Amino acid sequence: MFIIKHRKIWYAFSLLIVIASLFSMFKFGLKQGIDFTGGSLLEVEYAAKPDVLAVKQKIESLSLGSAIVQPSGDKNIIVRMKDLTEEQHQKVLSASLSIGQGKEIRFDSIGPVIGKELKKKSITAMILVIVMIILYIAFAFRKVSQPVNSFYYGLMAVVALIHDVTLPAGVFAVLGHYYGVEVDTLFVTALLTVLGFSVHDTIVVFDRIRENLRNNGNKNDFETVVGASVNQTISRSINTSLTVILVLLAIFFLGGESTKYFSLALLIGVAIGTYSSIFLASPLLVTLQKLKKGKSN
Amino acid sequence: MSAKYRFISFLLILAGLGIAYFDAVNFLKPESFLYSRILSVPFKLGLDLQGGVHLTYKADLSAIKPVEAGNAMEGLRDVIERRVNAFGVGEPLVQVEKSAGGDQRLIVELPGVTNVNEAIKMIGETPFLEFKTENPAADKLTEEEKKDSSKVFVSSDLTGRYLKKAILDFDQTTFEPIISLEFNDEGGKLFAKMTKENVGKSIAIFLDGAPISVPNVREEITGGKAQITGQFTPQEAKLLVQRLNSGALPVPVSLISQQSVGPTLGEKFLAKGVMAGIYGMILVSLFLILWYRLPGLAAVLALGLYTIIILALFKLIPVTLTAAGIAGFILSVGMAVDANILIFERMKEELKKGKNLQSAVSEGFSRAWLSIRDSNISSLITAGILFWMGTSMIKGFALTLGVGILISMFSAITVSRTFLLAIGLKGESKISRFLFGSGIR
Repeated sequence: MFIIKHRKIWYAFSLLIVIASLFSMFKFGLKQGIDFTGGSLLEVEYAAKPDVLAVKQKIESLSLGSAIVQPSGDKNIIVRMKDLTEEQHQKVLSASLSIGQGKEIRFDSIGPVIGKELKKKSITAMILVIVMIILYIAFAFRKVSQPVNSFYYGLMAVVALIHDVTLPAGVFAVLGHYYGVEVDTLFVTALLTVLGFSVHDTIVVFDRIRENLRNNGNKNDFETVVGASVNQTISRSINTSLTVILVLLAIFFLGGESTKYFSLALLIGVAIGTYSSIFLASPLLVTLQKLKKGKSN
Repeated sequence: MSAKYRFISFLLILAGLGIAYFDAVNFLKPESFLYSRILSVPFKLGLDLQGGVHLTYKADLSAIKPVEAGNAMEGLRDVIERRVNAFGVGEPLVQVEKSAGGDQRLIVELPGVTNVNEAIKMIGETPFLEFKTENPAADKLTEEEKKDSSKVFVSSDLTGRYLKKAILDFDQTTFEPIISLEFNDEGGKLFAKMTKENVGKSIAIFLDGAPISVPNVREEITGGKAQITGQFTPQEAKLLVQRLNSGALPVPVSLISQQSVGPTLGEKFLAKGVMAGIYGMILVSLFLILWYRLPGLAAVLALGLYTIIILALFKLIPVTLTAAGIAGFILSVGMAVDANILIFERMKEELKKGKNLQSAVSEGFSRAWLSIRDSNISSLITAGILFWMGTSMIKGFALTLGVGILISMFSAITVSRTFLLAIGLKGESKISRFLFGSGIR
């Protein structure tokens, strides 16, 4: 009952998180990767530690526009430019190789049209997932209509999931601003997975509420039932998240560069998702029920 | 009761060993006595793991009627597919894709190709073969103009369009390469007419605007066949034959995006992904056994079986494994563990209520099922939307996650349950209570 009783504290905490995340998103904005903006990325591995400035000068002397050259690891550099044709790509490559022995290990060039499309697709996918989940929960809980309509279960699950994706987005806005971390299609995938996971977690608690309502909903008031359900599922919620977090930590530390930020976004999302299923979604149901009761009286 | 479950468990473990062999067989050395060529199915690795190129072309259909666009794209795909095949890569993928904005695109994936520049050239080059005759007004040309072969010869109707096929031959005596051209019926007639009108004169064969061979016509040639003997190296001749056979592009294309990964980078990704997977599994197993004891051990066995089945499915479907795909798989392991944890927590509650072990196990399973079903369906919805909407990278993630969730539901409900019932501790002794307990108490 502790959790339900002190719900105002959790609401305040969640509000703080959401406001801070929104603030950082509006202040810094998300740094979009070339997936979304179009552009090119060239990674070259040298035999010895390269002179990054020299590479930049060589490339910019081609007058193909400005280039951002960053070291990556010990012997690699990453060159970011506007999208390049194959001919321009070869010029940039030979310019980068003119300062020392090395070889190209990765080259991406994405036209701006494709970038725009991907962005649109990602946003559509997000909206679609949210809509489908509300519908699904409303359907799965259709038999539970007292004292709170099944539709509100879906709505609260969505409130929780929006809360859960806001935090990773906020953190990545900060990371983007200070460390140049980019948001790409993988990041969107991570957010979508967090959506799925968040709902997964919330449903497990709601499911217990549904069961307890059926068994002794007449004897106890709604607040007690919800409180008991949260208590019954809390160790499962924490243990499950712990295993997922263990796996994600393995990916984060050992999975290599390409999935590093992907797993970080998931880590943040899973942690906050567990928090919200316990401390936000279910207490909100109680608040909602109290509001309705207050009105009808 | 438990005798029956013990037997089923035994069969499950046996089947697991069999499938594990199937998973691993292509990593064995061929000379090993365990090796089997028929069973050796490799994992299908995505471009990011084995290295390769992903190219997106935009087709310019402005000169083509909208109703013919589909046909033109198919023709384009066929031509490019032939060219790509000539390049000799493992399993190239060439597919037409219609963008949201209505653009027609062609996706070309060349696994294992490292020389991107050459590949792009190869795809983009349209061999333009022309037969030209002597310019009747050649006498009036200035000395300067006579050096320009495009002025000395004039175009005829006969072009590469009428080519049926090209074959590489070698001269019997000089061993120089010869390219034999075979025209289709219409081309054969044009060629016959052309040779008839030009007996004693020369005909020039132009490739991509430059003369490659200027033979003299001795007589009319009616068979619809011609030969080019030029100063080719065998390598050049071979390439030319390939290009001629693959034909001309029906519509112009332009490259709008390319992504390439070197093979060393791919190998690194793969090794790291596998490493992360192994350590992730070990951590999860330790946690399960330490916290949930005996049921935890059953869950670890079930997870092992789950992993083995998933890997075999990845080979059989086949699922193209990418870095994101491996992440999706590892995440599905997390979901599989969740199903087990839900069950164990339920079991513990039933035990607390004073039920005996046997009924606590079956109650725990049946009560947890609703939560497992509902929560996994929501994850499947997400995976489905991702698969439907996503780019190839996201698709890989969604597919492994989706397949993983489906199999994990099976493994938690049937496999862990069978293992637990097989252990079948009936006793209400302190030890069995301890073994089925959890946490630090």
